[in-house]
Amino acid sequence: MLARPALPSFDYVRANTPDEVVRLLQEHGQGARLLMGGTDLFVRMRDGVIRPQIVVDVKHLPGMRSIEYDEVTGLTVGAAVTMNQLARHPQVQTHYPLLAEAANSVASYQVRNRATLGGNLCNASPAADTAPAVLVLEGRLVLHSSQGEREVAARDFFTGPGQTAMRENEFLKAVRLPPLPAVSAGKYLKLGRNKVGDLSIVGVAVFAFPDGTVPSGYVFRIGLASVAPVPLRAWEAEEVLATHSPGEESFALAAEKAMEAATPIDDVRASAAYRKAMVRALTRRVLGSVWEVLE
Amino acid sequence: MGIHSITVTVNGAKERLDVPSNMTLLQMLRDKLGLTGTKNGCSAGECGACTVLVDGEPVNSCLMLAVEADGRQVTTVEGLAHDDHLSALQEAIIEHNAVQCGFCTPGMLISAHALLERAPRPTEPQIREALVGNLCRCTGYLRIIEAVQTAAKKGGA
Repeated sequence: MLARPALPSFDYVRANTPDEVVRLLQEHGQGARLLMGGTDLFVRMRDGVIRPQIVVDVKHLPGMRSIEYDEVTGLTVGAAVTMNQLARHPQVQTHYPLLAEAANSVASYQVRNRATLGGNLCNASPAADTAPAVLVLEGRLVLHSSQGEREVAARDFFTGPGQTAMRENEFLKAVRLPPLPAVSAGKYLKLGRNKVGDLSIVGVAVFAFPDGTVPSGYVFRIGLASVAPVPLRAWEAEEVLATHSPGEESFALAAEKAMEAATPIDDVRASAAYRKAMVRALTRRVLGSVWEVLE
Repeated sequence: MGIHSITVTVNGAKERLDVPSNMTLLQMLRDKLGLTGTKNGCSAGECGACTVLVDGEPVNSCLMLAVEADGRQVTTVEGLAHDDHLSALQEAIIEHNAVQCGFCTPGMLISAHALLERAPRPTEPQIREALVGNLCRCTGYLRIIEAVQTAAKKGGA
């Protein structure tokens, strides 16, 4: 007897070219689902949330599992690169430690061996742990369709819970991050019910660097997860830090603004009120620790 | 539904199998190959009872298709002992009485084995982090952590 619960029936197809993926998406519409790590897809199929007739494995397409770094163009991460691959890649650790930190905060070690950066972003969970990092690093998503490729900025990608700017018949090939300033600091602080391994109740990423063109002399970017329908930037908080000298006072003011930007819900993990308070607390804390590095 | 002919190496033995599209690696191991050491717990990647090594790295076999294992090397708990000798880690688990009902043990062994392969002398926080995806409802984890420490002292996995 088969172990239960089994997955509902579907046809598995291993795609070899991007065009093949587009063709299958055109042919099957909502009946086709793309497979990379499967850590969300198979759970949702078992729960009956989705019932695809065809599952298209896209992780073997050229470039989908590679990480490339170039000091001029920056970092290109194939959509099917796993969280562990990202977290332990020497150039990601050296040049984009914030991204490595975010990837390493996802679920458990064995899930991170399968879960992918692209899957985390395309599922568009408000709680996606890599989203705040990609937002503050000003990542761009490379989307492929029959019309070729286009790039969408991460800030325009998330449109609602589980909703993205991806069109039908389009799929994510890679995530591009621009090269970073010579001096910079970043940190992702995640509050879960447990110290590690849990979904985030609140996630705050901060990325900052000196910039002479900004009144305060520093650019601070703040990304939030789990506190709104989509992962988002706390623009007003960032504006505060562009115009006020970095320090406890401006950090407290920015944290207040970040809290105002958050529009969380009550759910099984925490109440909305608690989440808002934690956005303020965590934002102030992350700003402080990032500033310690830069100062 | 499609049937796929795959070749997969399980605990060192090459297997040629025909698997349906929706068969998980876990089902393949248990139902096709009779390797029932690997357990089916939550079927959602939370409990870790189904953890096996694929090309040396632990994954939840309930969230991976059998067809995705084509051409890969799979190691289950049955593959940890050699020539009727338990591994140092397995011995340590017994020595520390780190088993009660035993349902989580195969997954714990696989995750801990993989940890000791990549970090032969792990710190306690490293052990806790490596095992966060393996739930145990009986032992309270402390004996399991001690067993991993003992295995590390005795020279690893």
